[in-house]
Amino acid sequence: MSKKVSALDMPDVPMGQLPEHLNRQRTRVTCNADAPIHTDAVHYSGAYSLMGVDNSMGLEKFSKNFKVEIVRLSEDEIEFDMIGIDASLANAFRRILIAEIPTMAIEKVLMVNNTSLIADEVLSHRLGLIPLDADPRLFEYLSENDVPNERNTIVYKLEVSCKKDSPRNTVKTSQLKWLPNGSELEMATLDKSAKVKSYTSFSCSQDSLPEISKKPLGVKHDDIIIAKLGPGQAIELEAHAVKGIGKVHAKWSPVASAWYRMLPEVVLLTEVKGQDAEKLVNKCPVNVFDIEDLGHGDKKAVVANPRACTLCRECIRGVNEELVELGRVKHHFIFTIESTGALSPEELFIEAVKILEEKCDRLLSELS
Amino acid sequence: MEGILLFAMEHGSLSDLSASTFSLMDEDHTLANSVRFTLNQENMDSSVVGCMGCALRHNFYAYDMWTVRPRVVFCGYSIPHPSDNKVNIRVQTTGTISSSLSDPAKDVLKDALENLTQMCQLVRSTFGKTVDDFKVKNQ
Repeated sequence: MSKKVSALDMPDVPMGQLPEHLNRQRTRVTCNADAPIHTDAVHYSGAYSLMGVDNSMGLEKFSKNFKVEIVRLSEDEIEFDMIGIDASLANAFRRILIAEIPTMAIEKVLMVNNTSLIADEVLSHRLGLIPLDADPRLFEYLSENDVPNERNTIVYKLEVSCKKDSPRNTVKTSQLKWLPNGSELEMATLDKSAKVKSYTSFSCSQDSLPEISKKPLGVKHDDIIIAKLGPGQAIELEAHAVKGIGKVHAKWSPVASAWYRMLPEVVLLTEVKGQDAEKLVNKCPVNVFDIEDLGHGDKKAVVANPRACTLCRECIRGVNEELVELGRVKHHFIFTIESTGALSPEELFIEAVKILEEKCDRLLSELS
Repeated sequence: MEGILLFAMEHGSLSDLSASTFSLMDEDHTLANSVRFTLNQENMDSSVVGCMGCALRHNFYAYDMWTVRPRVVFCGYSIPHPSDNKVNIRVQTTGTISSSLSDPAKDVLKDALENLTQMCQLVRSTFGKTVDDFKVKNQ
């Protein structure tokens, strides 16, 4: 691969197939010591038309080549491989996961009493960032003109105080109480004879609704510290949670984070034996290489774990270091999604794909 | 002037429909880059191709050169200003010699969107199946 061959000496490639070096350019990013090359994806269907090669990815070809392999799946986290997909789609899914999947988060805080050291707005900001254990698909959006009701709002109450002559106490999220019947505070009106209105109009209790009664709507983690109270201080407030997306405010982002990386490919260009093999194995901080015993005390280096490669380039640094070629496989993505708890990570990915489909459908209906 | 739609507007010549710019509101790189990818993949139906110089369509199986018949000459997107939520997608299509047989850019864009939708459905079903298999295997 590093030897230069004259164009007239290259072996004949049958029409309809790409020669080896072009195929390598098309499918791999080569990470040289100074910078990566061939990073662009060759998208255009007619890019290799003079060679008779169809570069397009039709639906049949896509369905044949597309694979998903799950490495790790737990309640909060998933790591899986997507093979045969392009970077533009993978990035679209990542962007949607971070910014466009709706979640529930506290938006309005009605302060009754706050004598703690944490200012009102700081306390409200902290309440907004608490991850709630509520499935956003069961709720509707609340817009400016809507009335808050049991279908679009979740109401929580926080009422804590610290008695005089007692030590400082900590306010944790376990003390946020869910009010399934809606707001308990009354709206102030000048008209004394009018019926007393509360801030929300729940027509029925939320825990009577079939989907919600299966699991009470609390917070996901009980031990997050909201504030600390000294003796004689108290906090009394009501918090209303609504549905929103991460684009508007990061509190509505359903993932701790979601990211992907391309599959690393490490190729030994020559046979590395003996002392050089030991040196190479020791250079790599993540143990990509390993020693293989050939018998008679002979050792050779092999690539044991290319997936762990972090592209630190230690193995190609220095003079005369042409033993290894580092690269990335272009259509193979290792996705990791860490959920904050409202939706499980595999559900999150499916929602992200659904949202991309909805965007396409919306545009299609506009154009027709 | 084209009819004003809420989320998308097409700017182009009324006589030559093969090239136009689509201005989308409330969109960003997420959709635009994915659509650019599927637009680049657009090929003509392999069995039927317009013949040069006449309005009939012939089968060109024997003609090896034309195994690849892309429909798109140029496609790209730009975001005029990052503070505005607008994306401009430019599509220029090939089409044949006589302009009455050329693909209007709108149709190519619609086909690309359909393709993207089908790809997403495939991703979703493959992923769902793999997760179910994994859960069953690792009870």
